[in-house]
Amino acid sequence: MTPDPIRVLVAKVGLDGHDRGAKVVARCLRDAGMDVVYTGLHRTPEEVVAAAIQEDVDVLGVSLLSGAHLTLIPKIVELMREAGAGDMLLIVGGVIPDEDVPALRALGAADVLLQDSPPETIVHRVRELVAARQPR
Amino acid sequence: MGGAGGRPRRGAHVVGLTGAPGSGKSTLARALARVARARGRTVGVIAVDPSSPFSGGAILGDRIRMNDLALDPGVFIRSMATRGALGGLCRAAADAVDLMDAAGFGLVLVETVGVGQDEVDVMRLTHSVVVVSVPGLGDDIQALKAGVLEIADVHVVNKADREGADRTLAELRAMLTLVPAAADAWMPPVLGASAAREEGIEAVADALDGHLAHLKTSGELERRRRTMVTARVLRIVQDLVAETLLGPGALDADRAQLERVLRRELTPHACARALLGRAAERGRSRDVRP
Repeated sequence: MTPDPIRVLVAKVGLDGHDRGAKVVARCLRDAGMDVVYTGLHRTPEEVVAAAIQEDVDVLGVSLLSGAHLTLIPKIVELMREAGAGDMLLIVGGVIPDEDVPALRALGAADVLLQDSPPETIVHRVRELVAARQPR
Repeated sequence: MGGAGGRPRRGAHVVGLTGAPGSGKSTLARALARVARARGRTVGVIAVDPSSPFSGGAILGDRIRMNDLALDPGVFIRSMATRGALGGLCRAAADAVDLMDAAGFGLVLVETVGVGQDEVDVMRLTHSVVVVSVPGLGDDIQALKAGVLEIADVHVVNKADREGADRTLAELRAMLTLVPAAADAWMPPVLGASAAREEGIEAVADALDGHLAHLKTSGELERRRRTMVTARVLRIVQDLVAETLLGPGALDADRAQLERVLRRELTPHACARALLGRAAERGRSRDVRP
């Protein structure tokens, strides 16, 4: 049997109303053979983490173009920890100033993929990070 | 996954939701879940979306219609991809239903992919089937055809606030009265609703309760359970046979035969029979993997 596809939840949190980028990413991951759950716009960190746990995803991908990443990502990390989802990879994407990337990594983001990341890089990083993760 | 087998059954009412793409199955699932929660029942939702025939990947988007249920601890939603299964569900759906039942959910909603006319696997997995129609997709001849419409225990004409809903309701009702039914048979109700506006949903929930009560008193529930178990075991056997005999590389030795079919020297049927014969020989020599 072929191995189960990688499962990814692509989420938009907060007031950010632009999801073309998130949809492009979802489509690229789909075309790379992954199962992609998309939550739609304007979700809360609580909704996103609850959905990621119910869907038992390998990767939670959060897209942010609003500038609220240093408010929302810590909240998501905290909720993931509370829920015992430490084995789930958090990948942040979108419009993020370079100087904020180390802070997001320090919080626990497995990677931060900025808006100029080519689709192949995103697919490659997701595969690489999932493969490197401890088996569940 | 096959471990849910020996577990005691807990008694969830398993309800299938099926219908055309965009007919409002996910929105109806949300609305029905909200009614069930208001009536004190917990709800599990299994939502199936199609896998790409090219990449094998899938976009699982049914959850978007149910986002506000995510924070209710009495609701659990799991999206699944078809992964090559053709009957409107995925192979693991039956196992997921077992798990939700064993976890004690009172109502389990199984939402199929958007179906056409012939994807009826949902009837072999659920106690009650809701077929969701919408106004304007077809006429009374469509309603007469065999397939998905036949498997409904409850018909819902969704988006009933739109033009043409009365006609769709009338055509479905007329279809159901073309053939006389036995006096004690279940007569599928045909109900108009607007899932997005949450109108008419209480009546759908009542009809489903009524259907379950009918299944119990008529003895049909026991018969359905038997049929479901048989269908499920046979499906697993089919998958095991296919997986064991036709795994990766199985066709490599038969390329020459396939070329002969391409040149029209051999019929596809003869080629398939020959291929199966050889696969069975290989299977005998190394025992079918359990």
